[in-house]
Amino acid sequence: MNCTDLLSQLGDYLDGQLSEELRAEVRSHTAGCEHCRVVLNTTHQTIEIYKGQELYEVSPELRERLHNAIMAKCLKK
Amino acid sequence: MPAIQSPGTEEIHPDVALVARAKDGDTAAFEQLVRQYERQIFRVALHITQNREDAEDITQDAFLKAYEKLDQFQGNSKFSTWLVRIAVNESLMRLRKRKTSKTVSMDEDVQTEEGSIPRDFAEWRPNPEQLYNQSEMGDILRKTIQGLPPGFRTVFTLRDIENLSTEETAEALGLSVPAVKSRLLRARLQLRERLSRYFRQKKEGQSA
Repeated sequence: MNCTDLLSQLGDYLDGQLSEELRAEVRSHTAGCEHCRVVLNTTHQTIEIYKGQELYEVSPELRERLHNAIMAKCLKK
Repeated sequence: MPAIQSPGTEEIHPDVALVARAKDGDTAAFEQLVRQYERQIFRVALHITQNREDAEDITQDAFLKAYEKLDQFQGNSKFSTWLVRIAVNESLMRLRKRKTSKTVSMDEDVQTEEGSIPRDFAEWRPNPEQLYNQSEMGDILRKTIQGLPPGFRTVFTLRDIENLSTEETAEALGLSVPAVKSRLLRARLQLRERLSRYFRQKKEGQSA
């Protein structure tokens, strides 16, 4: 596996959708390639960091207003 | 392994019953569906349009459309995926209206490889959470995702923020599974590259 191959498998690797055989190839490549190791680690961190953050908070007031507006629109029909 | 599944072992999504009742005119059932998904639909619309007012309008319009077209919902997909699809379409339409000179579609901005080829090879050290507080981190993450082309932003939002599966994301966007995977990877790589500017390990002598 070279760097280009690794990049093309990266998505499936991060989503846990690679076969054990390919996972082993990824691990053996990253053991010897610092650039790919960094890309893999920091892409994984990118996903994790976004998963853990609620970027847009929906306040109870907004939710209430939104909910009432939706129901008013739908029931008017 | 038995070839025929005995009745009752297959898991039926609780929305199925609510949708059936709503189709029969039970507005309380529909209202429950609204309660379940209004926040998610608002967040998706806000991520795509980056505009709170638009996102509120889109959320209302998406539920109204769903309500009017409930009869057309076949149940081949999950109700929530169907709803997200309506909201995504409304959001992209809204973006197109706003940027009259520039077309916005799931396709036009994903042709370029720009930013998808890794250039930054520094580890993130110390851990980003140690570098920035919660509110600074929120600002960085919002700013970074706003900089993505809408097509990438949408795929990343559905898959990595709202946790839809690859198949559900494909269905919600009207794309094939391989197309979703390829866009998602490029979106993730672009975000990684942009975040690296904030989080990369500082070289010695470089100010933070």
